[in-house]
Order: sequence, then structure tokens, then C-alpha cells
Amino acid sequence: MSAAMTITEKILARAAGRDSVRPGEIVMCKVDLAMANDVTAPPAASAFEQMGAPKVWDNTRIALVASHFVPAKDIASAGLLSAMRSFAARHAIEHFFDVGRGGIEHILLPEEGLIAPGEVVIGADSHSCTYGALGCFSTGVGSTDIAAVWATGEIWLKVPETMRIVYSGRPGPWVMGKDIILAVIARIGDDGASYMAMEHTGDTLGHLSIDARLTLTNMAIEAGAKSGIIAPDEITLAYVHERQRANGRERPFEVFASDPDAGYARTVEVDVASLEPMVARPSLPSRAVGVTEVERRKVDQVFIGSCTNARIEDLRVAAHVLGDHRIAPGVRAMVIPATQRVWQQANAEGLLERFAAAGASVSTPTCGACLGAHMGVLGPGEVCVSTSNRNYVGRMGDRSAEVYLANPAVAMAAAVAGEIVHPADVRPEAPVLEGGVLVG
Amino acid sequence: MGRAHVYGDNVDTDVIIPARYLTTIDPDELAPHALEDLDPSFAARVRPGDVIVAGRNFGCGSSREHAPVALKGTGIAAVVAASFARIFFRNAINTGLPIVVCPEAAAAISDGDEVTVDVSSGTVVDETSGRSFKGEPLPGFVMEIVRAGGLIPYVRARVGSP
Repeated sequence: MSAAMTITEKILARAAGRDSVRPGEIVMCKVDLAMANDVTAPPAASAFEQMGAPKVWDNTRIALVASHFVPAKDIASAGLLSAMRSFAARHAIEHFFDVGRGGIEHILLPEEGLIAPGEVVIGADSHSCTYGALGCFSTGVGSTDIAAVWATGEIWLKVPETMRIVYSGRPGPWVMGKDIILAVIARIGDDGASYMAMEHTGDTLGHLSIDARLTLTNMAIEAGAKSGIIAPDEITLAYVHERQRANGRERPFEVFASDPDAGYARTVEVDVASLEPMVARPSLPSRAVGVTEVERRKVDQVFIGSCTNARIEDLRVAAHVLGDHRIAPGVRAMVIPATQRVWQQANAEGLLERFAAAGASVSTPTCGACLGAHMGVLGPGEVCVSTSNRNYVGRMGDRSAEVYLANPAVAMAAAVAGEIVHPADVRPEAPVLEGGVLVG
Repeated sequence: MGRAHVYGDNVDTDVIIPARYLTTIDPDELAPHALEDLDPSFAARVRPGDVIVAGRNFGCGSSREHAPVALKGTGIAAVVAASFARIFFRNAINTGLPIVVCPEAAAAISDGDEVTVDVSSGTVVDETSGRSFKGEPLPGFVMEIVRAGGLIPYVRARVGSP
């Protein structure tokens, strides 16, 4: 009988064609899906040409997503998008998502039914760890690595040690996936899970929708982790089957779980029931504290968007906090739904109209503002509350701008109050969510 | 031998090369903006052969390969850090930016010291203080990629048409 393994070790063993693997070993893994975006794909295309492979290993297992500098922010980014389109056409890439047909890759690919449990997903974007919420192994790499995957269908990986996080209790009112992962990063530090797989476990997960779980795994990289993962349960399987059916992409997959006696490098226990909404002060995600401990900073901009918090659940919560209020004078509120589908759903529910009527700017899907590219770049000395994942110096614009990271409820509360406050100060009734749907 | 430019922990890829410059991958265009948001004077002061010395988690954040490419474009001899974030580590190996993991050197070297780095042996010598440090060796498989000259020639030798 082989040694006890974690879910991550089992998935990597399958992909490496082995019975078992151990942390620290370097293994060659077969890749099930390779993703790149408009910033990383063009350099990868050039690296791919230099590698000399006549064609890509499998044109049905490559996803190319126009997400970062879209709609083209300037002539140079139009050139990047054009280079990606040419590569997609030349190699008949099946999953190419252009402007108006996709959105932010980490929200898009699960929606499209392209992510399944047990698989190995490699993405040329650091937040590729997000997909692990569906029980796959997924990690971010650079352009040359993804080009090598396009050429060979394989990647070398060091089998990571696993950090197990055990969550207990039901999240309190106003506490979302974002607050839980910020609390973890505050506790373990910006490199607290360096090179590790971060395995999220515990009874709290039963209270978290797929949208909330994707936020948990999204920010694994902000603790230095190689990947984030949640073992599939009924919620996962219902979501994956529904997404596969809706997109005509039904296919078999394998569900793995960690053995009870699997080895962990470290176990961290988090009492979720006692958490309050968290806010990460500038300029590191680990500088997160409870919202009631944060100075009441006057804010210039609020950004509700990014691969961390721009799913339909996030927009529903933001709209709930907004209620009949208006955006405070002097505050710019930007709402950017993550994908075309989220945009349409939010539109059908009347959320976009409510945001716009209250004085918020509502835009087409793009990563833009999160990385200081366009659609909300910060000027010198400006203060922003953002639902994104990084508040590094210069991340969203000028190096003297300050970014506070928060969940969509705290962000919208700041937009209404004009300063950082607890969402209950703006909207006393907390949202009641069941499976991502607002029921009260 | 070159001069040490010393920085702290968590030097992220956004400060190494801000997103506003990611529309090119040309090292000559990227290099003048290297570390611009952390140390605006770096690009003007750096000389070929200089060494960046930093603390923990160097290169954390975005997977942009433009970060090692920008640093390599400045002509630095190596980055010596207490630890590297994993995507940056891979990108540096793949694009041929020399890196050395050496917490002792990272803690001991002062800004402006004259430093010599031998990447193949992982030896870092602070010529100013006279101290010598031994970095962590790279895993054997990773050394194969380094010896091949980066990931592109490594893959080309396996899949490329002659």
C-alpha cells in the first residue's frame, strides 16, 4: 500500500503517471489546461516560436483570454491583443476569449465549465491558483514556462509541501471569503505559505458558495503559496456538473481527497465565527486588521472588481449595502463586473442600473484598474478602497497612492460614507446569503 | 565585481516593473524603468556588473516575466536574496537572470559594498567587509536548464525541428 498523501500529492502523482509522490520531489506532469492572457501570451508566442515546435501540443487544451489591457487601452496594447489573436488563429486555439466574449480569466474559466476536479491547470498569471477552489491543482507561471507547456504538454513541478488551514464556525454577518483569506494572510505573512499548497478545510466551507471559495483560493499567492485547493464536496460537484452541462462541455473527471493521515508541513486553525470584516492597510495584504480597528480614512476612489471580488455574489452584496444611498460627493466608485456573463446577470437583476443611478461608474469586464493599467488609475496621494488582491506600492497607479483591500460590502460602504466604515454603519441589515443568492 | 544595491523584504514585481510598461518585452525598453516605483534613482545609478541584494520573498506578486527581463536588461550580475517568490524564481531561471539564495549574505551586505558573485558555485564575497558567503545550491534539474542556457534552448533541444 502506498504512503498517505494529500489531495495535491494525489493529483500530481496522477499527472506524473506515478503511484505516489513526496514533497520536494521534482516531477514532470501532464497538463490538462494551459491558460495565458493578453500580457503573458504575446511573449509566450515569441518564446514558442524560438522553441521550434511545429505546432501546439493540443489546441483544445489551451485557453487564451483577453483580460488585462482590454478594451485596448492604447496602441501598444492593441498590438498585444493582435499578436494573441494571430497566435490563436494560426494554431486553431479552441478556447480563445476576445473582448465582449469573455472577461477576467479566473472567473471566466470556471464559469465556462473548463475547470474540473483532479486536473492540472497551469496559467501564465499569478492568480491562476484561483481554480483550485474546484479541487484541481492549479498554479501560476511566466510566459516562457507556458510556452514550454504549449510545445510539450508537460511542466516540471516541485511537489509542494502542504499547509492545512482548518476553518471552524459560520461566518458572521458581513464576513465574506475575502475576510477569511485576509485573516489567514495577516496571521501567516506575505511569504507564510511560500512554495506550499494551501489546503482549505473545515466545517466553515459548508457555509461558503463557490463564489466565496474562489476568493479564498485566489489569494493563496498573496501568502507566497504555489497553489490553493479545496477538496470537492456536494457544492463543488453540483457547480461543476451544472457549468459543464450549460456549456456543452460534459467530460469525466476524478475526485481526490487527502488521506486522514496525510503529512502536512503546518496546520493553522482559524475561528471564522469570531472574525469581523477585514481591511488590509497599505502596502501589503498581510497588513489586514478588523474594519473597526482601521483609521476612518477619507477615500477618493472605490474599486469593486478584479478576479478576487467581481462575481455576481459580490455585486449583489455591494448593491445591498448601497440600498437607496448615493455615492458620497468627492468619491469615484468604479464597478467592473468580472465577465460578460456576470455583467449580463447583474444587468438582468437591475444591479447595474442601481449602481449607475447612485453615481457609480459601471464598466465592461477588464482587469484594468486592479493593476493600474486603465479604467481607474490612481493619482498622487489618492486613497482607494479596493476589492482586489494587491495593495503594493504603485500597484494601482502613482507610487504615493494608498490602497486598502476589503470585501465588496466594506468597499461599497466606503463609497457611500466617503470614508472607511463598517458596512453596518451604512446599512444596518446584514445580507443573508444562501449559495451566493441574497435571501434576506 | 560590482556595487551592491540593498533593498528589504517583499520587493514585488509591480515595483520591479510597473504594469504601465508591460506593453513591451524588450529588455532595452524595460531596463530604464526597473525598480522605478521602489527606488526611482536605481536605473540611473546601476552599472553593469552591479548586484541587487534583498531580503525575503523577492519578486512576489504578479507572474510578469518582464520583471527578470527588466533587471537583466540593466546589466546586473545577479540578484542575491534571502528567498525568492516561486514564480519569479522560475522566470529568472527560464530567462537567464542569475540569482543566488543566501540569507546570510542578504543580512550582512551593506548598500554600496563591492560584491563578487559566482553564480555557478553560489559564492558571494563582500569585498568591502572581506566576508564570504555560500548560497544554497540550485536543484539538479534546475541546473540542467541553467546549463542549457535557459528554458527556450532546453525545450528546443527536445522538441525543435533540426
